[in-house]
Amino acid sequence: MREFDLVIVGGGPAGMAAAIAAREKGLENVVIFERDHSLGGILNQCIHNGFGLHTFKEELTGPEYAYRYAVKVDELGIPYETGTMVLDINDKREVTIISPGRGVETVKAGAVVLAMGCRERPRGALNIPGFRPKGVYTAGTAQKLVNIEGVVPGRSVVILGSGDIGLIMARRMTLEGAKVKAVVELMPYSSGLKRNIVQCLEDYDIPLMLSHTVVDIRGKDKLEGVYVAAVDSKNVPIEGTEEYFECDTLLLSCGLLPENELSRSCGVVIDPRTGGAVVNESLETSIEGVFACGNVLHVHDLVDFVSEESARAGAAAADFVKNGRRTGGEQIKLIPGNGVRYTVPGTVDVTNVEQEVHIRFRVTGVFRNSSIVMTCGGSEVFRRRSRILVPSEMQDVVIKKEKLEGLSGEMTVEIRGE
Amino acid sequence: MIKELTCICCPMGCALTVEVEGDKVVKVEGNTCKRGADYAVSEITAPTRVVTTTVISVQGRPVPVKTAVPIPKDKIFEVTEKIKSAEVSLPVNVGDVIIEDLYGSPIVVCAKVG
Repeated sequence: MREFDLVIVGGGPAGMAAAIAAREKGLENVVIFERDHSLGGILNQCIHNGFGLHTFKEELTGPEYAYRYAVKVDELGIPYETGTMVLDINDKREVTIISPGRGVETVKAGAVVLAMGCRERPRGALNIPGFRPKGVYTAGTAQKLVNIEGVVPGRSVVILGSGDIGLIMARRMTLEGAKVKAVVELMPYSSGLKRNIVQCLEDYDIPLMLSHTVVDIRGKDKLEGVYVAAVDSKNVPIEGTEEYFECDTLLLSCGLLPENELSRSCGVVIDPRTGGAVVNESLETSIEGVFACGNVLHVHDLVDFVSEESARAGAAAADFVKNGRRTGGEQIKLIPGNGVRYTVPGTVDVTNVEQEVHIRFRVTGVFRNSSIVMTCGGSEVFRRRSRILVPSEMQDVVIKKEKLEGLSGEMTVEIRGE
Repeated sequence: MIKELTCICCPMGCALTVEVEGDKVVKVEGNTCKRGADYAVSEITAPTRVVTTTVISVQGRPVPVKTAVPIPKDKIFEVTEKIKSAEVSLPVNVGDVIIEDLYGSPIVVCAKVG
């Protein structure tokens, strides 16, 4: 049986950053398993710009961002096996893979980093009435068709959901000569970044219909059109507001789900709020020596945050392989309070914090002139005022180790108005 | 003339009301900070965008490309069309230039293909 100190599942931005960090911490025997034919993950099809402002202080396209990390992987001589799908991981950290070259094989890992990313919420999960005609795609599938396969899937388009991929595809389809008739969003606010609303919709006069949804799909074999209706405050369609849009393509951009089938099969405890693993301050899951990072842990809006987080996971995994488990000190349990949907990590063991810990979360709604407040045992640990907090922007709070020393029990993270 | 803009400098997304005389911005309202005023001036006087798109190579595979610098916003479609008609043969690598100058910007390859 082949043995590796560290097996990284997935060669996208998370896996590459984790591998680089582990190698830089001195871990030699590292391998990345990637199911696609090259490194880069979803970035390869994200040809738009806007990546890397934090990491490289410049705006790169997705493929360029991926390329910089792939070059680093090569420079460091980190082995990676493409066309290789991980089938199973067990709690003894035995990893079963399949590839055309080697068939089915089980390898032994000193530590595992889960970096499988996420996938899109499909039509089946959206409960849209109507037939199942061709012409209905997730936005990411359309993105792959246009940017990787060179095929434009339609000429007249309606997009359901205003997530960033939907907004990006509204512009992309327009530049490829299609007519995008509307972007329809159930919520009263867009789940995409503001800059994308301006540069992908307003620049091309594409209407954004907030508090609206697709209530019916017409066409039996081939999509003919969709009915769009306004919804009330409980997201129930309002009768009489239906409007028909003739279209041959419906793109769905209705949220991303961490791809955790492998994690579940090896028994990793999943947080139902994120759909990702419950992790501690070292990004270690409920199974010793199995770490998680990037979009498989919780869905990010910026790849820069994925890379930074994954580097921490890779470094922690390297430390685990070299030094074993550090004995646990006092645990601080993070509790999402008012206005906070979840926190990553869920627990912090201060003895394992080197200098600082990142606490990441999303807010539950739009908060203006409010503060992020963290309290533990009645005393305030952190406070930061913000002009605006929105669900589409992940919050990243960095707390110095000395602020946490001596604390134990529950620490509440909440949003307070002023 | 009054123009309405949404500032994209931060998630606040301030609704800007911009008073324009000729091609000059005389007043910006609705911004919370100075960046909003600066954004309004550049959006009104000379809006520019980086364009990213693909060109189908001779071998049939799409090659992702971008304008190396922002180009005038009203030239986006023209630039996209010109890029589409460029002849590109694989292999290509990141940074290869396929067109030297389109409205002041080279068109560069964003991925290693082929």
